[in-house]
Amino acid sequence: MNTHQRILRSETGRVSAEHLSIRLGKGKQAFEAVSDVSFSVAPGEFVCLLGPSGCGKSTLLGALAGHIGIAEGSLTVDGAPVRGPHPERGMVFQHHTLFPWKSARDNVAFGPKMRGVGKEQRRREALRMLDLVGLNGFADRYPGQLSGGMQQRVEIARVLVNQPLLLLMDEPFGALDALTRLKMQELLLGIWEQFRKTILFVTHDIDEALFLADRIIVMQAQPGRIHEEITVPFERPRMTDIVASPEFSRLKRHCLELLHDHKRTETLPRLTPLGLGKRI
Amino acid sequence: MTSSTGINYGRWLRRGGSIAICLLAWQLASTLHLNLGIVTFANVPSPVDVAQALFAFAHSPKLFAHVSSSLERVFAGYLIAAIVGVTFGLVIGRSRAAADFLLAPLELLRPIPAVAWIPLAVLMFPSSELSMIFITFTGALFPILLNTIHGVESVDPRLIAAARSLGSTRRAMLFEVILPGAAPNIVTGLAIGMGTSWFCLVTAEMISGQFGIGYYTWESYTLQNYPEIIVGMVLIGILGMGSSILLRLAGSALIPWHRKEEAR
Repeated sequence: MNTHQRILRSETGRVSAEHLSIRLGKGKQAFEAVSDVSFSVAPGEFVCLLGPSGCGKSTLLGALAGHIGIAEGSLTVDGAPVRGPHPERGMVFQHHTLFPWKSARDNVAFGPKMRGVGKEQRRREALRMLDLVGLNGFADRYPGQLSGGMQQRVEIARVLVNQPLLLLMDEPFGALDALTRLKMQELLLGIWEQFRKTILFVTHDIDEALFLADRIIVMQAQPGRIHEEITVPFERPRMTDIVASPEFSRLKRHCLELLHDHKRTETLPRLTPLGLGKRI
Repeated sequence: MTSSTGINYGRWLRRGGSIAICLLAWQLASTLHLNLGIVTFANVPSPVDVAQALFAFAHSPKLFAHVSSSLERVFAGYLIAAIVGVTFGLVIGRSRAAADFLLAPLELLRPIPAVAWIPLAVLMFPSSELSMIFITFTGALFPILLNTIHGVESVDPRLIAAARSLGSTRRAMLFEVILPGAAPNIVTGLAIGMGTSWFCLVTAEMISGQFGIGYYTWESYTLQNYPEIIVGMVLIGILGMGSSILLRLAGSALIPWHRKEEAR
């Protein structure tokens, strides 16, 4: 287990995008949601994609998850091109996508079940993961009986149980209240420090990006492209008090300037990891 | 609803009283042979007569023969409709090709009420028993089929995407995501289908039956046993309501997450 983890830590979860373009829509309404984007993410790195709505950050995430096809360029994980959805690239949406008809445990056990893991074994794995996200004792609840924060915890457990190379998170805490969001950010950092999976985390919240990320990729809209990459220098493990530091304020001001730089009067369509969805 | 019991008594008293007034009005109208011009109570039996007839029928061996043959027909026709409707609904909802191929003829048949099939059904099937089962089937099929299709199409695409991301097999996608996702609509379809299949059965029995509660009602008319007509009507109502209640219970047992969500 230990050697296995070390290998995961050092070798896997490298993301690379080269001259990547993604087109959405059909016919006359087709447009370039992501245009000629190149970046790479090191194994175990925590990267936030920050940008205004319509900048293609969720689209990029959807392409990595395999839900959206790419038009040009290349998109690889550990050297292999992304082709369709796969459990090794786990996705967490802003609003939970738990199966309402399955208990929390059975939701988490779904991935192992698909891999053919036996009933006893997958239930044990699910309970261990629920424990990890602080949901000890809630295994038998249906998603509808859990609070928003708990639902996202189950969602994270359901992805982690598959031992993904890569965690893709699309504003996962965007719908939570401020206090719950803070708790979830700390929980996520704790899990990440334990497992060191590569995380790509989409947000439009500057504080969140600065608190969580090793590096922030700031994007801009029309067409969606990379504006600037910012390395976040804060020591780990991070405590919430860093938000009061002068360096934090300086970086925050810088991010604000970047985001305001291309202020537009028109509102852009909301893009989702599933394309031009309306229901996310 | 959870107010003091005194108010509840009051409500039940009003409800019971309302029914009593209706029965009394009926009793008066029938005993007085009330004639309102466009509708006459001259030949309408009184509630007392009906109660007596009901009591007599309840103690006669004919009751079992009529009720059981009706139940058998509804059960057979409805069961086939449920299997065919849900299966076709899932296939049509999931596959565009299947939808194009199967929906066209079904859409052509849909506007024809099941009752309109009765003469042709009598010609098509070797026994009147089979033709009545066919009518019951036809009546139940479309509500079940259309609600299933609607249910499948309204499954949240994000859930399907999530299942794919988690490595879902095709089989699991159908049985663990699509089917439960469509289940509330399927249950609605099954409930509506139950109502229409009773409606169709009773009509079919009036025309081509030898036993059955619809036949009993019609026979009572032709034999001028007027109280028995209403006994038949009451029994049809009870049987229809009973099967709807059973179905609702089965439905909420099949989709427990629905109930628990509400209970939160």
